[in-house]
Amino acid sequence: MSPLLEVHDLKKHFPIKTGILKRTTGQVYAVDGVSFAIEEGETLGLVGESGCGKSTTGRVVLRLLPATAGSVTFAGVDVIRAPRAQIQRLRRDMQIVFQDPYASLNPRMRVKNIIAEPLRIHGIGTEAERKRRVGELLEIVGLTAEHAERYPHEFSGGQRQRIGLARALALNPRLIVCDEPVSALDVSIQAQMINLLEDLQKDLKLTYLFIAHDLSVVKHISDRVAVMYLGKIVEVADSALMYSRPQHPYTEALLSAVPIPDPKTERTRRRIILEGDVPSPAKPPSGCVFHPRCPRMQPDPCTKVMPELQSTGGDAGANHVVACHFPTRYAADQATLPAT
Amino acid sequence: MAERLLDVKDLSTHFFTHAGVVRAVNGVSFSLARGETLGIVGESGSGKTVAALSVMRLVPDPPGKIVAGEITLKGRDLLALKEEEMRHVRGNDIAMIFQDPMTSLNPVFKIGDQIAETIQVHQGKSKREAWQMATALLAKVGIPDAERRVNEYPFEYSGGMRQRAMIAMAISCNPDILIADEPTTALDVTIQAQIMDVIREMQAQYQSGVIMITHDLGVVAQMADRVMVMYGGRTIEYGPVDEVYYNPHQPYTWGLLGSLPRLDESKKQRLTPIKGQPPNLLLLPPGCPFSGRCPYEREVCRGAFPETEIVGPEHGVNCWIPLDERLEIRANLPRFAARVA
Repeated sequence: MSPLLEVHDLKKHFPIKTGILKRTTGQVYAVDGVSFAIEEGETLGLVGESGCGKSTTGRVVLRLLPATAGSVTFAGVDVIRAPRAQIQRLRRDMQIVFQDPYASLNPRMRVKNIIAEPLRIHGIGTEAERKRRVGELLEIVGLTAEHAERYPHEFSGGQRQRIGLARALALNPRLIVCDEPVSALDVSIQAQMINLLEDLQKDLKLTYLFIAHDLSVVKHISDRVAVMYLGKIVEVADSALMYSRPQHPYTEALLSAVPIPDPKTERTRRRIILEGDVPSPAKPPSGCVFHPRCPRMQPDPCTKVMPELQSTGGDAGANHVVACHFPTRYAADQATLPAT
Repeated sequence: MAERLLDVKDLSTHFFTHAGVVRAVNGVSFSLARGETLGIVGESGSGKTVAALSVMRLVPDPPGKIVAGEITLKGRDLLALKEEEMRHVRGNDIAMIFQDPMTSLNPVFKIGDQIAETIQVHQGKSKREAWQMATALLAKVGIPDAERRVNEYPFEYSGGMRQRAMIAMAISCNPDILIADEPTTALDVTIQAQIMDVIREMQAQYQSGVIMITHDLGVVAQMADRVMVMYGGRTIEYGPVDEVYYNPHQPYTWGLLGSLPRLDESKKQRLTPIKGQPPNLLLLPPGCPFSGRCPYEREVCRGAFPETEIVGPEHGVNCWIPLDERLEIRANLPRFAARVA
C-alpha cells in the first residue's frame, strides 16, 4: 500500500525584494529539500524551533502556498500540479487547524456559520442538513448544539480551538495538518485537546501531520517524528526511538534542553547547551546547515557537503534515518537510554 | 540558615473595574531566602504575575490595589515606603525580568544606553563608567562581541540576546532578589536552556534569591528549591519541589501533573486532563477556587477556603478532603501511582 501523503524534495523559497523597483536581491530558503511520507491513520510529528520551516511545509503540502520545487502526492494526486478544480475537490480531504484560536475564527460570524462554511462552499447538503451537521460536529468536539448561535468572543481559547477543529472536520477529511494546535493553551486545557485529537483519530480514521515546537507534546501524540532545522529534515524516527536513541547532534541537544517535570531526573540530567542562535534562512551555512553550532563538526566534510537523510543500519533500519556525517551509533544490545 | 530576604504575608491584590472586583490575589503568603529559588507555578489568571508585581509595587493603580497583607524586605515594610523610596528599592534590591524582551526594551535607544541608565540612576556613576560596566555585563551574560553589540539597538538582537540584555540590566545593581516572570516562554528550547544557565550562574555568583514565575512544571523542576502552586488567586499547595512533585496533596496539583505529556515516558499513557475551564476571576466561588472543576468536590468546598494543613516538612496544602481519604484517592490515580512509587 502506498502512503496517503508523500512529499519529495519539497522546496519553498521566498524572494527578498528591495528598493523601489522591488528587485529580488536574495532568497529565504524556508523549506529546502524536504521529503517524508505519512501512512493512512498515522500521525507524523514535525518539530523544530521558530523559523525552521515547519509551518511553511504544512502550508505548501496543502497548496495554501505554491511550492518552488518538489512534489506532494496525496492519495495518488499530484497536489502541486493539479488543476484548480481538482484541488478544490481535494481540499475536502485535506484540512488544517491553526495555532491561534483568536485569529483563526472570524469574530463577526456565528459559530454555526463558521462551521457550516466549508459545507456551503462545497455545496454539500440543504440548509437543514447543514444545521444538523453543525450540531453533530459541535458534539463531536465536546461542545453542545446550543453553542451554534454564539460568536467566537464568547468562548475561551480551548473552546475556540474546538470550534476550529469542528470546522476542519466538517467535510470528513482524511488528512488534517495540525499547526501548533495546542501551544496557545494552558496545560490543563492542552491535555483535553490532545485527548480529543487522539479520540477523533481513532473514531474517524484520521491522518495527522502534527506540527509543533513542544517535543513532549509531539512525542506523546505522534507515531513517528521528523526533526527540522533551517529548512531541512535532519532526522526521522519512531517517536519512542527518537527519544531513546537520537542520532543527530541537533536532536540530542533539543531533547536535552526540554525540562522534564521531575526534579530528581532534572538533577541528574546532562544538558547539551548549543552555542549561539539559529542562522538566518536567507544565508544558510555551507555544507551541513547545523555545522556552525555542532559540537561534532569537522571542517571536512561538514562545512562542504550537506549529508543525505539515510539509515545508519541499526535495528530500526529504514524507519530511522538521519542526515549527519557523524551520527551517534548505539550498540545493538544497548537497552538503556543515553544520558540526555 | 540562609538570610531571609523577603516575607509576604496574607497578600491580597484586587482590581476595581467597571465590571466588578477582580480578586487576582487572595491571601497569599511566601518567603524567600538568600541563594534560594522559589517557583511560582500556575495557569493564566492564577494570580502569579500579580503577586510578583505586588512585591515590586508595580500593580497599576487604579484599577489595582493591594488591599491587605504585609511585604517585608530584609526587615523593611515595603508597603509603608513612599514611591520615591520604592523606586530606590526597585533595581537596587529587587529586579524583575519579563516574558517579552522586545516590549520591555525601548526600541529607540541603544542597548548600552538602557543598561547604563540603570547604573547611572541607581549607583550615581558617570556616563562613561556606566557604559563600561554595561559592556562588561553584556559579556558576562554571554553576548558575543559585547564591545560592538553594546552600541546596537534592540531590533538587532535575537530573542535570546534580548533576554540576556534584560538579565544584564536586572543584575547591573547587584539586587538581592531577581523576579523572573516567564523569562523563557517566548523563546525556543535550546535558547531557553542558555538563559536558564545564565540565571543559575548569576544566582551562584551574587547569591541572590530568585522568584521564577512560570506555567512550565519542567522549568520549576529544573530551577526551583521550593514551589508554590497557585490557582484562582490562592496558593493551594506549597513546599520543597520534591515534596510537591512526589507527594502532592491537592487535586489541582494532581490534575496539572496528570495533564503533562512527558518526554521520558517509555510507554504512551493517556493524559488525564482537568475538566472544564479556569474560573472567571469576577465570579470566584466563595470557597475553594478549584471547586466546580474538582472531581472530588463536596458540600464544604463551596462554602469557605480551607486552612493550610501541614502535610510534610515545610509542605502545606489547602484542601477540605480529609488526609486519609486524599491519600486513598491519589493511590488510585493511573498516571500517578507509577510516578510516586
